[in-house]
Amino acid sequence: MTPTRKKRLVLVGLLVIGIGAAAAVAITALQSNMFFFITPTDVHAQTMPPDRQFRLGGLVMAGTVERDPHSLAVSFTVTDGAYELPVTFNGILPDLFREGQGVIAHGRLGEDGQFHAHEVLARHDETYMPAELARALERTGHPMEANIQPGPTARQRD
Amino acid sequence: MIAELGQIALILALAMAVLLATVPLVGAWRGDERLMRLAPSLVAGHFVFALAAWLALVAAFLNHDFSVINVALNSNLLLPWYYRISASWGSHEGSLLLWILMLAGWMLAVVVFSRSLPKPFLTRVLSVMGMVSIGFLLFTLLTSNPFDRVLPGPPDGQDLNPLLQDPGMIFHPPLLYMGYVGFAVAFGFAIAGLLGGRVERDWVRWSRPWTLSAWAFLTAGITLGSWWAYYELGWGGWWFWDPVENASFIPWLIGTALIHSQAVTEKRGAFAAWTILLSIAAFSMSLLGTFLVRSGVLTSVHAFAHDPDRGLFILAFMGIVTGGALLLYALRAPRIATGEGFDWLSRESLLLLNNVFFAVSAAMVLLGTLYPLIVDFMGWGQISVGPPYFGAMFILLMTPIVLLMPLGPYTRWRQDKPQRVLHPLIKAAIFAIVGGIVISLLLGAWNMRAVTGWIGGLWLAAGALGWLWGQKQSIRGRLPRHQIGMALAHAGAGVFVIGVAMVESTTLERDVRVAPGETVTVAGLNFHLEEVASVKGPNWIADEARFSVQRDDREITRMHPQKRRYHRGGQVMTQVALRPGPLRDLYVAMGEPLGDDGAWSIRIHIKPFIRWIWAGALLMTLGGLLSATDRRYWRTQRAQAGRPERSPIGQEALA
Repeated sequence: MTPTRKKRLVLVGLLVIGIGAAAAVAITALQSNMFFFITPTDVHAQTMPPDRQFRLGGLVMAGTVERDPHSLAVSFTVTDGAYELPVTFNGILPDLFREGQGVIAHGRLGEDGQFHAHEVLARHDETYMPAELARALERTGHPMEANIQPGPTARQRD
Repeated sequence: MIAELGQIALILALAMAVLLATVPLVGAWRGDERLMRLAPSLVAGHFVFALAAWLALVAAFLNHDFSVINVALNSNLLLPWYYRISASWGSHEGSLLLWILMLAGWMLAVVVFSRSLPKPFLTRVLSVMGMVSIGFLLFTLLTSNPFDRVLPGPPDGQDLNPLLQDPGMIFHPPLLYMGYVGFAVAFGFAIAGLLGGRVERDWVRWSRPWTLSAWAFLTAGITLGSWWAYYELGWGGWWFWDPVENASFIPWLIGTALIHSQAVTEKRGAFAAWTILLSIAAFSMSLLGTFLVRSGVLTSVHAFAHDPDRGLFILAFMGIVTGGALLLYALRAPRIATGEGFDWLSRESLLLLNNVFFAVSAAMVLLGTLYPLIVDFMGWGQISVGPPYFGAMFILLMTPIVLLMPLGPYTRWRQDKPQRVLHPLIKAAIFAIVGGIVISLLLGAWNMRAVTGWIGGLWLAAGALGWLWGQKQSIRGRLPRHQIGMALAHAGAGVFVIGVAMVESTTLERDVRVAPGETVTVAGLNFHLEEVASVKGPNWIADEARFSVQRDDREITRMHPQKRRYHRGGQVMTQVALRPGPLRDLYVAMGEPLGDDGAWSIRIHIKPFIRWIWAGALLMTLGGLLSATDRRYWRTQRAQAGRPERSPIGQEALA
């Protein structure tokens, strides 16, 4: 083997090792930061591991938003038309959080059967709604009006 | 009437682009001077018609011509004139028109500033850019015509999204697009080089200032977007790893790799093939960014448009552009010279590492951005990738870059000795470590992230400026601009690192319930809520919280955050109150009314050194622009204009 070839072989070897390591790290990081999108129907249909984070999507049920007058604690029920799930949150809700409107909550399922959100996102104006939420609602047979398009969401975190 | 003129202008621009993409190219291929000479005039015509079309749209917005659908949907009688102008690019259709105008502008700039390039080469560059323009003009005319009418027009329009009614939004899209589209020039140069059959150092030198300015504009555009998100979105972050932010960041990462690999190719002839690939990739990623933003395939705060047909069109266009470019590359690759060899410690190998880390970073961001799409497409469910993924990957990938960056300029081409490189940097290293520890202690930011951030940032700044000082001592006369520019950009990276480390490690955030008359204390500052008043704006009404901010019973400032409700559409928006400062920002935003005593949920943040993030990015922008104006790139161009094309460097073929 000529010195040039040897050098090249070492280089290629290092490159392969580097890419392999990078890919391994990336996949591990992806796995631990991947959040599944679920609806109350999904929660009803199967048992979700309680220690995993989820993105819960649905509509805020009218008349279910309750605020604690002395703190920032708030609770509301999310529905996808078929099933419902109570959600608790401690923090500031986004500008467009409203009863009867679409919402996405990031958080965990508690042992108490409630969803504990640490971040709440709402659709950002009168005509937009997150794409995955619109699709989920269609699946459960509750399509939104035709003019509602997937679009931007506002988010608030605690 | 004006809208129809705009439409006609757009069609004429398309005609110009079609001619430009074909006739002069035939001339370049046949060596026909007359046909090649057409190119500059066609470029000028293309620009004039694109400008006319854009002006027609602006006129429609200014005149409240609501029979134009685009105007009716994005403007109304109450909108101030400056937002009516920026509304012309606030919509999907308008932003495409802006993109076309930018492309036409870059092409004109190439004609004006690079007119001394060899004729066949310049002609090919312009023709390739003309092809890109055809794609965008067709896209606009066929799927997203900004001049479509509805008759009779409504008496008043809807509103421009209130989030976009902001000074930052006037400049953010044009700057970002300047950057995106600017990579089309580097792309044009690379393709023209491939078409010409030989790849030379020369065209890389000629394309360097163009790439540098595109990169600088992109940097400025992203910075402005980050600043806008910070004060406008109302939750106090400066970067969210949102898909659309990523869409602009991926081209930036590739562009950063590109400006460094171009340096190697120009100076040493090495990495020629890689430079071409990066040129293609930078522009492809710009197109991908447009696709991600404009198709609405990703759930995102930015996806203001949604239309699968449009997405499909851009995807097909991207396929043709990228696929065609890569095919051409594959055909010509064997003829690309490899240039001269280099030792393990040389400026080449350091720049190679730069390229590896930036390219891998771009791949990581791309993976995280597209992963939800892939998973969804495969039917594995709907997922999203959290910001911690990006954060972790970045710390991992940027650490070596921070460590190695100051070494680059000190290292000689081809080969060098570790001793010689490291010796002048010992002072900088000691300064960074001691300075980092002392400053962190003085600031009371004694935690791992802040200390390492300060050390890293000072290392970058001291390394870059120390090198510049050394250059100044060793050469007579003035320093060349590209050296000052590089040192400035590298020092800017240091300022940026310090800002990020401080914000991420020592930000104070309090979400609290406050009633009028109550006081909240954060970091020794008393935020006293005096009252919540009602105020009126041109097209909104608002609740305004009046805070008096006091230290030791002395008022230092007053802050008035608002919760606005816009008349049209009734959208509610948070208007943040900010007290910016070089060492810390005070940030107060209103949540929602609570209880019966007039209390509101209030978000109070104290963000240390957040301005440094944007200041650092601004320094990088300045550095890029300064380098781009270095006479070296332009003078060489003039001097070589008369000479015949040189033979390719090196003989060895790249497998």
